[in-house]
Amino acid sequence: MSEHRWLRITECHNIPPREGRAVTVGRHDIAIFNLGDRFLATANRCPHRGGPLCDGIVTGTSVVCPLHTWKISLESGAVERPRTEACVRTYPTRVENGMVLLAVPMDPRAEHAA
Amino acid sequence: MKQLVVVGNGMAGMACVEQILKHTPRFDITVFGDETHVNYNRVLLSSVLAGEKAADDIVLHPLDWYREHGIRLHVGVRIVDVDPNARTVTGNDGGVTRYDTLLLATGSTAWLPPIAGLDKDGVLVFRTLDDTRELMRRSGPDTRAVVIGGGLLGLEAARGLQAQGCQVTVVHLMPTLMERQLDPDGGHYLLGKMEDLGIRVLLGRTTTAILGNGHVEGVALSDDSCLEADLVVVAAGIRPNVDLAHKAGLHVNRGIVVNDFMETSSPDVFAVGECVEHNGICYGLVAPLFEQGKVLAATITGNKGPTYTGTVQAAKLKIMGVEVFSAGDWSEQNSEPVRYEDRALGVYKKVTLRDGRLAGVILVGDTSDSHRYMEWLRTNADLTDQRRHVLFPPPAADAGLDAAEMADSATVCGCVGVTKGAIICAIHEQGVNTLSQLKEATRASTGCGSCSGLCQELLRAVAPEFEEDARTVICACVPFAEDRLRDILRSQRLKSVQEVLDIYGNGQGCEVCKPALSYMVDMLWCGDHAEDRSARFINDRVHANIQKDGSFSVVPRMRGGVTSPAELRRIADVAEKYSVRMVKITGSQRIDLLGIRKEDLPKVWADLGMPSGQAYTKGVRMVKTCVGTDFCRFGVQDSTTVGIEMERRLEQLYTPHKVKMGAVGCPRNCAEATVKDIGLVGQEGSWQVVVGGAAGKHVRKADLLTTVVTSEEALEAAELFFQYYRESANYLERTYDFVERLGIEKVRKDTVYAPDNIQQGLRDRLHKSKARARDPWQEGGTPKHPTQFIPLHPVENTLA
Repeated sequence: MSEHRWLRITECHNIPPREGRAVTVGRHDIAIFNLGDRFLATANRCPHRGGPLCDGIVTGTSVVCPLHTWKISLESGAVERPRTEACVRTYPTRVENGMVLLAVPMDPRAEHAA
Repeated sequence: MKQLVVVGNGMAGMACVEQILKHTPRFDITVFGDETHVNYNRVLLSSVLAGEKAADDIVLHPLDWYREHGIRLHVGVRIVDVDPNARTVTGNDGGVTRYDTLLLATGSTAWLPPIAGLDKDGVLVFRTLDDTRELMRRSGPDTRAVVIGGGLLGLEAARGLQAQGCQVTVVHLMPTLMERQLDPDGGHYLLGKMEDLGIRVLLGRTTTAILGNGHVEGVALSDDSCLEADLVVVAAGIRPNVDLAHKAGLHVNRGIVVNDFMETSSPDVFAVGECVEHNGICYGLVAPLFEQGKVLAATITGNKGPTYTGTVQAAKLKIMGVEVFSAGDWSEQNSEPVRYEDRALGVYKKVTLRDGRLAGVILVGDTSDSHRYMEWLRTNADLTDQRRHVLFPPPAADAGLDAAEMADSATVCGCVGVTKGAIICAIHEQGVNTLSQLKEATRASTGCGSCSGLCQELLRAVAPEFEEDARTVICACVPFAEDRLRDILRSQRLKSVQEVLDIYGNGQGCEVCKPALSYMVDMLWCGDHAEDRSARFINDRVHANIQKDGSFSVVPRMRGGVTSPAELRRIADVAEKYSVRMVKITGSQRIDLLGIRKEDLPKVWADLGMPSGQAYTKGVRMVKTCVGTDFCRFGVQDSTTVGIEMERRLEQLYTPHKVKMGAVGCPRNCAEATVKDIGLVGQEGSWQVVVGGAAGKHVRKADLLTTVVTSEEALEAAELFFQYYRESANYLERTYDFVERLGIEKVRKDTVYAPDNIQQGLRDRLHKSKARARDPWQEGGTPKHPTQFIPLHPVENTLA
């Protein structure tokens, strides 16, 4: 398992309740969602046709892709609709001093390059 | 024929008369009512106050019914005296009427606790239709109302007043709400729900005085505090009306004492309903009235036999979104309580068992099982085998199981007293296929309406050609038909999508209902509300059309398809500057710039200097025009000017689905107005206004709405139809489906042929919405949210 690093991303109020926002960290295109009582993060790419999940409508703890309404669990990354094995990556989150933090895997290649 | 005089024209009296009419011998019947209305459903007054029903909707017996049965009805006459020796009653109009048999159905009146100042103007009770109207008249957005009493009626009054716009405080003597129906835990759950609705509740306090100089200004409470108030509603309980019974020499305790045959102490005088006392109990609910009425009808017509043995007390709070049900004896003395609670969901359930049988039940937050419990109480069923399932039934193997498990003798409608057997009989013998036919045939579900689901289920299982009500729900998140939801939102003054979902839905919503509710809220409040962008599709969050690669397309407004060299130059510059991947002439006489990144949208809009064409939303798209009389040698009407004006009048408004329009200067129809949602077709000396056309998945020629002489008249007809469509269509229903569903005759009747006040209402609401609408692209300069268009820039972004 690769190592994670917690990164401070943005102030909480930059993501309105029940909406998502995109952020790029290293090679990771990530969608962060504000669920009111917590933030959840997934890869910002629908496994179907690559739709931007950050632009989807949030329903409970899932998001619905704006392109073809695939429904993806923000907690597990599993696709809930249609029935498929596909899933998206999730990223651990936490909130500290009004700031959203993401745990992003260290990129081995980046390390080599550095 | 024997003279039967009925004192009281309410639910109990008329329910009994209905039963009497089924028996022989017949009576010559005279009815006196002190209210000036025909018999209505008093139980539903709270729905009238809450704006969910109109006064006409709750009428139980229209005047024709009295006429058809030869009943002499005297409304507005209060019987003030009885002479049992002469067998006469005297009205407050001085009229004397002789009787052979007298039926007292005098009901009860609001009890007024001993509080100083109850005579002040603005102190009211909530008992009759007139009370209700008076409360509605005195309610308004700035009215501060205090309701004295936190029982069933007080809470329903409080919610109704709030729906009328009042700020409401409930003052309740006891430490918990509805303590006669709920244990302290249940009362606590209810308290949370009332407070969630925005109703303030003060417990454990009495009102010591009504303050004010002539008119109510406030109330003083037992804790020495004061509340400011413009309106005080006293809902502290009811007292049976027994004055006449005393005068008739009857045996009276708290109520008029009756035996199991519903006989009083006099052979000529009978009594029914809230004014009677049976086995020491005075009932204040609707179900006992019907049971008593049936027994009394047999007794009074000389068919004595059936007996009344009391009714299981059951109560249901009629506040939408606050589900409370209570029945039987739920005290935990000598019983085994079984409980379930979920604080987050606000669900509390308790049943008490005695000797393996159900003694009582309390349900807060989820009353869907109330029927099962009522049946267990009524039949005193032995639950030993079902002990594990008393709170949660085992999952039904098939959808019709609940209905199939009921015995034919089991009551489906407790208000009117209709059994499953009677319903099945009506289905077979009268060819009943819909709920409304069933209501007509059996009157089931015409009382409180809470059994409509079960009736529906029976119909589905039994009726050969069952038809669902034509109305469809948006989705399972908010299980109401759209027209019902519009009524609810309007009457409950709900202005946010999340509020609707919290109170009437599952609290979450989905991609189907959220945009629909967003539309509904915006349309109903004419844009006067705080828009929740999270409930909108991405296109409506950033005012552009998302493409397959996540980029956006931009279509500036080009009214009537008319542009200028300067605009075209700016469009060309933008296309180059932002490396637009395709510049496309659209089918609606506009120009589409494709492949623009979200973060570039505000800059693109600023550089274009043109308003949004709203090609991305369910809203007004465009008016396609021909050059009309300006240039065309065949043109007979100025289609470009009129088309541009129509676009200006309607643009920037949301609609149930997209609205595409057209205006043509002659019947050659070059801009294809007859396949548009709204089309203006120029004729020599007149305009045809056509609606409901389509040239998409379906092709449909538009229907003629009206023919008018002037351009202004044509525009006004288009406006009327436009607003009518906004207010009446279901979300995502195009005009061509809408017009086909309603029929063009009805559309005409409701728009161009409607009375002036209806037309004016449509126009006023359209203009109100229009006054608040603005070009969404202005958000490019002043975003609704700082990160509306831009991706986040991470504070830390090093993974090394």
